[in-house]
Amino acid sequence: MFNYDPHPVASISKADLVTQLLALLPRDCVLFEAEDLGPYECDGLSAYRQLPWVTVLPHTVAQVQAVMRLCYQHQLPVVARGAGTGLSGGALPHPNGVLLSLAKLKSILSVDVLGRTARVQPGVRNLAISQAVAAHGLYYAPDPSSQIACTIGGNVAENSGGVHCLKYGLTVHNILQIKIVSVDGELLTIGSEAFDSAGYDLLALMTGSEGMLGVIVEITVRLLPVPEQAQVVLAAFDDVAQAATAVADIITAGIIPAGLEMMDKLAINAAEDYAHAGYPRDAEAILLCELDGMREDVADQIMRVQAILTRVGATEVRLAADEAARALLWKGRKSAFPAVGRLSPDYYCMDGTIPRRHLPVVLRRIAELSAQYGLAVANVFHAGDGNLHPLILYDANKEGELEQVEAFGGKILELCVEVGGSITGEHGVGMEKINQMCVQFDALALTQFHAIKYAFDPKGLLNPGKAVPTLHRCAEFGAMHVHRGQVPFPELERF
Amino acid sequence: MVELDLTADLQQQVAQAYRTKTPLNICAGNTKAFYGRQATGQKLDVSGHSGILSYEPSELVLTARAGTPLTHIEAALSAHGQMLAFEPPHWGNAATIGGTLACNLSGPRRVYTGSARDFLLGCHVLNGQADLLHFGGEVMKNVAGYDAARLMAGAMGTLGVLLDVSLKVLPMPLHKLTLVQTGICAADALVKMNELAGKALPLSASAWVNGDLYLRFSGAASTIAAVKQNLAGDALAEDEAFWLAIRELQHGFFEGELPLWRIALPQVAVQPEVAGDWLIEWGGAQRWLRSDAPAELIRAQVAALGGHAAILHGGDRTGEIFQPLSAGVALLHQRLKLAFDPARILNPRRMYENL
Repeated sequence: MFNYDPHPVASISKADLVTQLLALLPRDCVLFEAEDLGPYECDGLSAYRQLPWVTVLPHTVAQVQAVMRLCYQHQLPVVARGAGTGLSGGALPHPNGVLLSLAKLKSILSVDVLGRTARVQPGVRNLAISQAVAAHGLYYAPDPSSQIACTIGGNVAENSGGVHCLKYGLTVHNILQIKIVSVDGELLTIGSEAFDSAGYDLLALMTGSEGMLGVIVEITVRLLPVPEQAQVVLAAFDDVAQAATAVADIITAGIIPAGLEMMDKLAINAAEDYAHAGYPRDAEAILLCELDGMREDVADQIMRVQAILTRVGATEVRLAADEAARALLWKGRKSAFPAVGRLSPDYYCMDGTIPRRHLPVVLRRIAELSAQYGLAVANVFHAGDGNLHPLILYDANKEGELEQVEAFGGKILELCVEVGGSITGEHGVGMEKINQMCVQFDALALTQFHAIKYAFDPKGLLNPGKAVPTLHRCAEFGAMHVHRGQVPFPELERF
Repeated sequence: MVELDLTADLQQQVAQAYRTKTPLNICAGNTKAFYGRQATGQKLDVSGHSGILSYEPSELVLTARAGTPLTHIEAALSAHGQMLAFEPPHWGNAATIGGTLACNLSGPRRVYTGSARDFLLGCHVLNGQADLLHFGGEVMKNVAGYDAARLMAGAMGTLGVLLDVSLKVLPMPLHKLTLVQTGICAADALVKMNELAGKALPLSASAWVNGDLYLRFSGAASTIAAVKQNLAGDALAEDEAFWLAIRELQHGFFEGELPLWRIALPQVAVQPEVAGDWLIEWGGAQRWLRSDAPAELIRAQVAALGGHAAILHGGDRTGEIFQPLSAGVALLHQRLKLAFDPARILNPRRMYENL
């Protein structure tokens, strides 16, 4: 699985490294015994595990710089890590490298209420930002499902999304400035607290770069006013295609919902068993459509959405009567992952995006693949922005089943690319989707990515082996995989 | 409109320039020819490479070749009740979507809905070795690979020749209202703009000029009626013309001979202590200055407040136009330039002397 390793041998002994790190950091900030390293062996994608050589937990930016300088001097790989909630193995440790945890940098440095910004350290939890500014009627908009635990530094590294992206954007749309420590330990300010900065848009480049270009040590986020009102409508359909038509019609009518979620029958029933949200169990698909804004706007749009849903053929259209009813409808959706988790010993969460109009055909193909692999799939879909989360059910204890799941998941991602979408909407590439990068990007684009990486990290020390595959890796993968009848890398030698 | 695919032709021209190390001056409508440092090099005309390649109103996505006129795109969107939500300045009838993205130009709605870069989903570009590259895509959520598409926005053609762009578009609000409050000083205007932006109101533009504060709201009829009832200020009858004049730098403020500076600042930053006339936009994030004060003084004042300054009209275009970068960030710029354009043939020195 983790078979790409540009740094197979360390240039320093572990004992010497630990001694030198202890000269830079307090004793309890350097972990090197196997039992202490255990908690860092994986992130949210626990199928991939690797003990780090050493874990460091600096308290200050100066300590981060000192660690980076030391690693640069000895040419040691560095993997940065936030809360470790990522779902693509982006924080999987390197066996001969330093795992750099930013968890202890967890202060909210300042809040500018009038200017609606907050300056925070990378280890601050996503939800903690919104909680800290709630008294001012403000919040931080991106809300990944892990927001109670995930940290803002990881959010920036992954360009995290959530259920409100269609209206409020991704992380990249909601931050103004970051401070990074470069691979050689220099502190740089990227972006500005104005709304743009001089020169290239390095802020966009850094956002979602998965720890490959620098270590994020401070973030200035934008805050938004909490909407005056939010209301949610549930609609049930006996055909997935009808639900997809309803989504297109709502958006064509000029309405941008704050959230627009779809679930299929298996997901509906799992969520209903778990959360008792009152979902219609016999529906083939349900839509949850949330409208927010000024009271007048919401009232107007709710009426129009209800009319569209009815016209398209919804078998039921239900407006949450009060805040408790609204919370219950969302509880079902938000607990969909653990709910599906109760259906089988393990599940594997995929994350592709597609142009929405292809949803019916993509779901049909997924159902066909499901039958072919003999593995059940529940589909949860951020329908507004085309982000599909198929959950493949399996049993990790069954010999070879994980490999089957990975093959099946790979096929789903390739299907997303085939219809004009992407292999990842919000979880990142990490280790997990590195092979599918060879399907989404050609050799020229990958070569350009490597040139970008080289500009920031010429020795390839930052999170090596992740996010962007080598052309050799693609050639090996491509030898197995033929896309649209074409070998992806015909110019490369085969091994 | 004639729609042509000139990809092969443009690729051949860049390849030839790469072989012969000939600097190229990328242009199309020439409406931004005055912007940035003086252009040099052999003309690479992208204007013929035009046409809308796809537009799906229900997907909120439009893809167009770089030489497509902005007016053409806006008309196509308007027919479906949609718009480019960053409200791009044209600065001339021949403005193209490629030039707009290359300069990352956004208009009055910018701080309330997003910038040109924010709405860019993907693009095809030719790098300085004539490699045809595709970054991003036509979907709103896409975190595969580095975001090299957004890196192109505002790079002024120094990293690649834009061939086409895919943009997220938004529904056009049905109703709008501009309220004017008179006799307000700059400091009070900044506070008012930001207090209102901190409330759940459909603010879509703000400006302060000559002691008057202009606030535009956009939304449903009922929303606009509620705003009119609850907020102070007189409704501006010719609001369309007012915001167009601001966007296109045609307001009376922009007349005259004094150098024109575009200054970006944190929204609530105090006014820099520079003598001159000011026009404030974007809740304070974009401020225009007419002043013959020394460039060094303006840049130092603005930098101290966390912003940056660029000279649009009246400066020495062989000198630096944009705010100098810190040493570490400047080094990253040079390395990135070489990563995309090793022979430095794409708009060399158009942005900074050493790029």
